[in-house]
Amino acid sequence: MAGEPTASDTPWLDKDAEPLIRIKGITKKFGEFIAVNNVDLDIYQGELFCLLGGSGCGKTTLLRMLAGFETPSSGTIVIDGADMSQVPPYERPTNMMFQSYALFPHMSVEKNVAFGLKQDKVPNDEIADRVDDILKLVELQDFKARKPQQLSGGQRQRVALARALVKKPKVLLLDEPLAALDKKLREHTQFELANIQEQVGITFVVVTHDQEEAMTLSSRIAVMDKGEFVQIGTPTEIYEFPETRFVADFIGSANIFEGEIVEDGADHVRVSTSLGEIYIDHGQSTKMGSRVWAAIRPEKIHLSKKAPTKSGPNQAAGKVDDIGYLGNSSIYKIRLDTGQIVDVTSPNQIRPKSRTHGITWEDTVYLNWEPSSAMLLNK
Amino acid sequence: MFRQLARRMQAGWRSIVVFIPYVWLLVFFLLPFFIVAKISVAELVIASPPFSKMIEWTDSGAMTIRIVFDNFIYIFNDDLYSRTYINSLKISIISTIFCLLIGYPMAYGIVRSGPVAKKLLLFAVILPFWTSFLLRVYAWMGLLADQGTINNLLIWIGLIDEPIRMLYTEFAVYIGIVYTYLPFMILPLYANMEKLDGSLNEAAADLGSRPTNTFFKVTLPLTTPGIVAGSLLVFIPATGEYVIPDLLGGGNVLMIGRLLYNEFAANTDWPVASAVAIVLLILLVLPMTIYQYYQGKATEG
Repeated sequence: MAGEPTASDTPWLDKDAEPLIRIKGITKKFGEFIAVNNVDLDIYQGELFCLLGGSGCGKTTLLRMLAGFETPSSGTIVIDGADMSQVPPYERPTNMMFQSYALFPHMSVEKNVAFGLKQDKVPNDEIADRVDDILKLVELQDFKARKPQQLSGGQRQRVALARALVKKPKVLLLDEPLAALDKKLREHTQFELANIQEQVGITFVVVTHDQEEAMTLSSRIAVMDKGEFVQIGTPTEIYEFPETRFVADFIGSANIFEGEIVEDGADHVRVSTSLGEIYIDHGQSTKMGSRVWAAIRPEKIHLSKKAPTKSGPNQAAGKVDDIGYLGNSSIYKIRLDTGQIVDVTSPNQIRPKSRTHGITWEDTVYLNWEPSSAMLLNK
Repeated sequence: MFRQLARRMQAGWRSIVVFIPYVWLLVFFLLPFFIVAKISVAELVIASPPFSKMIEWTDSGAMTIRIVFDNFIYIFNDDLYSRTYINSLKISIISTIFCLLIGYPMAYGIVRSGPVAKKLLLFAVILPFWTSFLLRVYAWMGLLADQGTINNLLIWIGLIDEPIRMLYTEFAVYIGIVYTYLPFMILPLYANMEKLDGSLNEAAADLGSRPTNTFFKVTLPLTTPGIVAGSLLVFIPATGEYVIPDLLGGGNVLMIGRLLYNEFAANTDWPVASAVAIVLLILLVLPMTIYQYYQGKATEG
């Protein structure tokens, strides 16, 4: 991930690149309910791709169709050039890490990991070597003889990962891989998972509902809602350039104001909202007078107790309604004269001299933000 | 003060709760067992009750204890008894295997069916218990008799000319036992399979295992506790079964339950009947111990 981006880091921008997974027009219906609605997606070799969405958005159904546990109602899935429609799960070049881990309770860690290789009739000494190698990678070499129920949650998670990785699949599917871990362990494992992915070079497709997890892990994220992709892009694209209110609100938090375009220039727009006039210095193809939304991330609003020297766009005033002190930063809820609440996050970069902070409840404060900060949304 | 009292009362309640089953087992299982064991080492006398006393006091005040093993020696010497024991075990083992072969797929099917169908099917498994067991065996007599429903139907279709002899054969006894004890096989298997994580099958398939292989490597090992429980629940009562061999087997099928009844009621030989019962008990303690062992292992895991 570090270093200058090269063509191989962003294969999705290369028009000639052949995708490893090609999902075309996939629909899955359960009775009348449409779980996945006519989606198209290309995933490239070496990617760590996240399907992100709330519960019931269809992300797990899509993953299970890749694994072969669900049959698409229509559409095709091609993995490494081969159509998967008639291929049963046990013949697919994919392996899955289950949310429940699904470790075989009657087998030791070693037997669990070896299970997949035995099915492929790999010679016994090779099985032993590969199991040893993969257990070393997940740091479980000393737990070979244990049964799953004698392991901690984090260890089970690593056994499940090792069992899925040991077959060197073309694609590794991970269903909420970190959901069952506690917060600290989850944060640690996020980076570990990304490191392992880089080491083995296998394409990962991860399903998660946790946006932070998706942001840390992925090369690209597909945000899903009601069985459809709302936006596909890199973490930065998704966060800084959301295309819809849903994405802006789902990933991180955003103050969203409805407004009307009052000036539409080549390199800027002016939007009239209840927050006052918002000036945005990046042009967007919109019509004058059309209904739009402007979204501003809480951390991109500056907070000051000093009144601004001149009037203009991109500023507002209000009273501190509530403060959430998080230690490294604080969340301020600012009540405007209109009664509207605006969230502002501010890093606590300076340790206060006394035990009180500069800004406190019912203070009158002034908000301002950069012309580049607001995001213009059409829907 | 109050808290102490409450704690003491709680401790009292706890010991009562533990105590009741012990008393129950003692009065209704252990005590009768000792009475039967006592009679099995007595001698037949023409009296009421028809067996010799174990402890007697002579006129001089000395105590005599009489324990005779003649009944056991008699059982071991007369090959009628050994043949009957072996036949009983054979019939109950074969019946258990058939119950397992029929019950396992049924339990699996019930677990795999939808929520409504599952309730209906489970209900259907338990439903026969609502009719008297005796009545159901009599119904089988009506079905299996020479002039019974099945023979009449087959003759009417034209498949056979002469009725096939089914009633009063071992075949009829097998039918009766498998039919009667099938729910005792299905229910523990169902309870066991219901707990199985469905994603284990998916995980096996995902790792390249075909469905048959998955069954033998994953499903079967994980349902062993259910198989053991179901098999013992069928095997143990089937071995001592009396009504089914008597009604469906007539005099042609030797089973220990009938022999025991004959000794007890027809010959009024309580000591031999008791000895027959004790030997049967010893034969059955063995599988019970295996069951206990498996149960212990299951709760450990």
